[in-house]
Formats: sequence, C-alpha cells, structure tokens
Amino acid sequence: MSVENTVAADTFTEPPLIKGNQTFASVTEIISSIVEKKPKKAWFVLFGLASSLVMILLGSIGFLVWEGIGVWGVNNPVGWGWAITNFVFWVGIGHAGTLISAVLYIFRQKWRTSINRFAEAMTIFAVICALIFPGVHVGRVWVAYYMFPIPNQMAIWPNFRSPLLWDIFAVGTYFSVSLMFWYTGLIPDLATLRDRAKTVLRKRVLGLFSLGWRGGNKQWKHYELAYLLLAGLSTPLVLSVHSVVSTDFATSIIPGWHSTIFPPYFVAGAIFSGFAMVMTLAIIARKIYNLEDIITLKHLERMNMVIMVTGMMVGYAYSMEFFIAWYSGNEYETFTFLNRAFGPYAWAYWIMISCNVLIPQLFWSKKIRTSIPLMFVISIFVNIGMWFERFVITVTSLANDFLPSSWDYFSPTFWDVSLLIGSFGLFFTLFLLFIRYLPMISITEIKGVLPQADPHYYENHA
Amino acid sequence: MAQIFPKWTNALPTILLIVVLAGGGAITGFFWYFGSPEYTDVGYQPVQPVDYSHKLHAGELGMDCRYCHTGVETGPIAGVPPTQTCMNCHTLVKTDSKKLERIRDSWATGKPVKWVRVNKIPDYAYFDHSPHIAAGVGCETCHGDVRNMEKITQVEPLSMGWCLDCHRNPAPNLRPASEITTMNYIPPANQATFAAQRIKDKKIKPPITCSGCHR
Repeated sequence: MSVENTVAADTFTEPPLIKGNQTFASVTEIISSIVEKKPKKAWFVLFGLASSLVMILLGSIGFLVWEGIGVWGVNNPVGWGWAITNFVFWVGIGHAGTLISAVLYIFRQKWRTSINRFAEAMTIFAVICALIFPGVHVGRVWVAYYMFPIPNQMAIWPNFRSPLLWDIFAVGTYFSVSLMFWYTGLIPDLATLRDRAKTVLRKRVLGLFSLGWRGGNKQWKHYELAYLLLAGLSTPLVLSVHSVVSTDFATSIIPGWHSTIFPPYFVAGAIFSGFAMVMTLAIIARKIYNLEDIITLKHLERMNMVIMVTGMMVGYAYSMEFFIAWYSGNEYETFTFLNRAFGPYAWAYWIMISCNVLIPQLFWSKKIRTSIPLMFVISIFVNIGMWFERFVITVTSLANDFLPSSWDYFSPTFWDVSLLIGSFGLFFTLFLLFIRYLPMISITEIKGVLPQADPHYYENHA
Repeated sequence: MAQIFPKWTNALPTILLIVVLAGGGAITGFFWYFGSPEYTDVGYQPVQPVDYSHKLHAGELGMDCRYCHTGVETGPIAGVPPTQTCMNCHTLVKTDSKKLERIRDSWATGKPVKWVRVNKIPDYAYFDHSPHIAAGVGCETCHGDVRNMEKITQVEPLSMGWCLDCHRNPAPNLRPASEITTMNYIPPANQATFAAQRIKDKKIKPPITCSGCHR
C-alpha cells in the first residue's frame, strides 16, 4: 500500500505552495513576529501619509454636511456623479476578499491560504469606504436612518421596490458576513499571539478576542464546521451584492443602464478590480515584510490569471453592450454607446478600454505575469480602469439622455476629488493598522498546507 | 499555563448579555416614548397675549366656530380673526374689561394682536381645511373639545403617522354636514353604513401618496 502511495505521490505531487522548507514553528515565527516587533520605518511613513489623507476625508465630509451636496460637480442631468462612482468602485474592490476566502475555500484551492486573510481584511475596509458615499450623498446625513426600515411616527417604510433599499440590505449583509468570516478565521491565530504575548495587557486583550481558544480537538471540529458554514453563506453573496448594486442602474430606464447584462457584468468587474487591489497590496506587503516564501511567485501568477480571465469577461460585456445597442435597433441605445466611445467622454471611455481590456492581455506572456514590477504596474492600471468604468457608466448615460435640451457636461469640483482621495486614505490607514496589529496571513491555514500537515508525510520518510 | 483572567470574569458574558438587552430595550423605549410627537407636541399650550376663553365664547355663549374662523369651509386656512371681529361685540359688551385692554389698544392703533399659533404642521406638508370639512371631518377630530378649553391646547400629535391613520381609513371620522362643529359627538350606531354611503356620495378618496401632502 505505502509503496503505491509513494509512486502516486512522486508522479503527481505539485510543487510546494510554501517555499523555504518551513516548519510549523518557523511559520508561526515569521508571521507573528511582524505584529510583535516595532513596526518598520516604512510603516510609519505610509501611516503618516495615509492618516493625513483621512484628515482630508473628514474635513471634506464636514464641509459637505455643512454646505450640502451642491459643493460637488453634480448638475441637472448628472445627479449621480463621483459619489456613486466611488461607491460602486469600493464595493467592487471588496469582492475579491469573499471570492478568495469563500469560493476558493469551497473548491479546496489551497493556494488561497497565503492571501485570504488580507484579502478579507481588504474587503471589510473597502466596504467601509464604500458605505461612506451613500451615507453622505443624501445631503441631510442626520436623516440617513430613513434608509433603514425602522418603525417611525410617519407610519411609512422605505420603498421596498427600490433597488437603493435592496442595496442597503445587500451591502449590509455582505459587510456583516464578511466581518464574521474574517473574525472566525482570526480566532486560532489570535490565540497563538496570546500565548506568545509578554505583557499582561496584551495577553488580556488577545485573550478576550480569541474567545478562550485552546486548540482542543473538539474546538477544531466545531471551528471547521462553522468556517465551512460561513463560507457557504458567503458564496452566494459574491454574486448577489454586485448584482444588486447593478440593479441601481439596471432598473432605471436610462439608455446604457436599462440592460439585463448588468448583474453578471458587474460581478465580473468586481472580481477583476478586487483581485487587482489584492495584487497591489500583496506585492507591497510581501516586499516590506519579506514574505516571499509564503506569498510566492506562484500565488501572484495565479492571481494574474484570474485578472486576465475576468478582464476578458469585462471586455466581452463592453462589446456585447455595443452589439445589443446595434441589434436592438433602439436609436437611444445606439446613440448612448456611440456617444460613450466618440462623444464628450471619449477620453474616459478609452482609458477604461485600455486599462481593463488591452493591458491585462499582456498576462498571456509568462514573462510578464511572473515579473513583479510589471504586474504591480498592471494592477494599478486595472484599478484606474475600473474606477473609470463606473465613471463612464454613471456619467455618460446621465449627461446625454433622451432630451438633447437637458444635456450637460459633468466636471468634478475640488470636493469630489478630495473625497475620493480621502477614501483611499481611510482604506490604507485601516489596512496599515491591520498589518500592524493582526496576523496578515493565516498562521493555522499556512500550517495546513505544509507538507508536514499531510497525515502520510512521516510514513513516506520512514 | 497561568490563567489570564480572574475567575469572576466568567460571569461577564451573562452580565454583558443582560446589559445589552436591557440597555437596548431602555434606549428604544426612551425614544419610543419621549421622542414621539405624542410626548413632545401633545399638550402644547402657549401663553396668549390676550386671556381669551374658548370655553366662554364657544361653550357657554354657544358661538359657532365659523363666526371667527371664517376660512375653514372655503380655503386652506381656517384663520385667526382680526381685532375687528372681537370688536363686533366688544364695542357694546364688557367695554371696560381689563382683560380686553390689548384688544382695545389694537383697535385704536390698528396693530394686530400677536396670537400664538397652537396647531402647526411643517411647511413641507400641504394642508387644506376645506376638503376636510367638505368630506365631513369634524373640528373636534383634530382640535379636540374646544368648547371646554379655557386655553387652547394641542390634543393630537399632528404627526405624519397620525394623518395617515385617517387617510388610510377615513370612515370612523366622518360625520353628517350638520354635525361638523359639534363637540363630544357620539357616532351613530350605524356609523359604518353611514360612512360607506358618504364616501360613495362625496367620492372621498384621501391621498396616501407622497405628493398628496408633500407637493
């Protein structure tokens, strides 16, 4: 028996996911020491930069609440400007986290273990950034609670037929489930950190959040089941959240929005942009914290492949929109798409096409998809391109709709820009705090994919 | 391994659960009760510049509401009467009453008396008295038993939910035209059939859409 196993193993073994001949102890050491040592200088520089952008965000929100949404560049036909663009952009970024953690978990893709923790963290922070925009775009933020179905003296509910309300439920569910999933995954690692803690305060704080985890057999049994259930719960959310976000547009009658392709098109775009953001962050983090053995080139290459595939899906959606605009024979639809490509916003459209469709094609070449500097640059391009996709969808359709007499051109103001930049500041601040205080890679799951974790590992060596 | 937490902390989750449940309930209950217009608005009774008694005029003397509030059947605003309306009688009755000094000043100088409005709804809600009267909603339904009020007091919350209660189901509040100004009105035993008939005759269809009131 054991002889046969050895033969099979020799023939079919994959190259190891984790490099550097790591042991259980060395994995614990590499990942835990990051949060136990004083942070590096680079961390302080980045944190200072990011948190000053947060000040810009808070200042801009303050001014917006004081003055009203008239400070934005929104005008009469373009009632939805950068606020919805940023909202969809950030929610989209959030998608990679759930896809990596839940869907790849269910499909038993072991390579996810090196990236799932911070992809999940990224999801949560991106959703926080996203939620700012619907929160402030109502203008009178003190009545933002009208968005929730709370019994009130007005004896009315929000409009349950409105996709804007579905959005509240979809994004709210997504946020809470992602948070639970992330936290559940953290529990054994927090316990590891607790056991390594030197000071009483650190022991107590970590002890509180690790919920009395002792690593017993029974605890693991319950834990694994809970994790699997949460993964099952999150999987439909990968599809549902951005589908619902897309109905904000698709249920309206504006040409260019009123389209059944929107839900799958948005979901593909969300995964595309989310993976690009994971790449951007992972490349920086692995460089600064010397995690090349754990986040290997193989991981990065696989993510690049996902980016390429989803990029092509997005490209297919772009071309299909054009095809249907022509095939439907609807003159408004036809005009809208020709206007996108050749009208006043052609510059934005071609930025979108080049960043999302053309540039990811470079990943066909193995040289490019395994070159760290190139993939970093491409991931930034995809981030830019996906922001422009949402801008093109939102603004071009509104600026030139049915009535030429009401057409107008949208130009952002200082406050549009400062809110977008500020939201990036918030995202990076939260992310930097996360890598400072929490294990950015799952210690337990990395141990699970080490060769030693295989029950037959020691048999082979015997 | 040494224990991180002392033993008494075992009770914390239970205590926390109780605190969260009780605290959440208390906060909800607080706003439910003290934040509602039933608490904040009902019972509003400002001091008026002149000590006018509805109980005396409308109650004991039996004056009709519409003698002073002339606009109620024809327009959006029932109207607060001008000094001239007071002086219709008070040039002859109680001409030297101390309580009426302000009215006489106003009469002499031509400066109106600054009555304080009691029953207010916000600017963004459109309200018109006349269709309510035409449909058969009595004064009392919204303003209470004015004939027994020494000083005018708000008796209903005038909240949106309160408006909608009646707009969604007007039947219990409809009266025959002759009973509009009656106070302490007791609906007849056949109120349901009467109301159904009146809704049919008068084509009563209170708006329950946003733009019905927020125009």
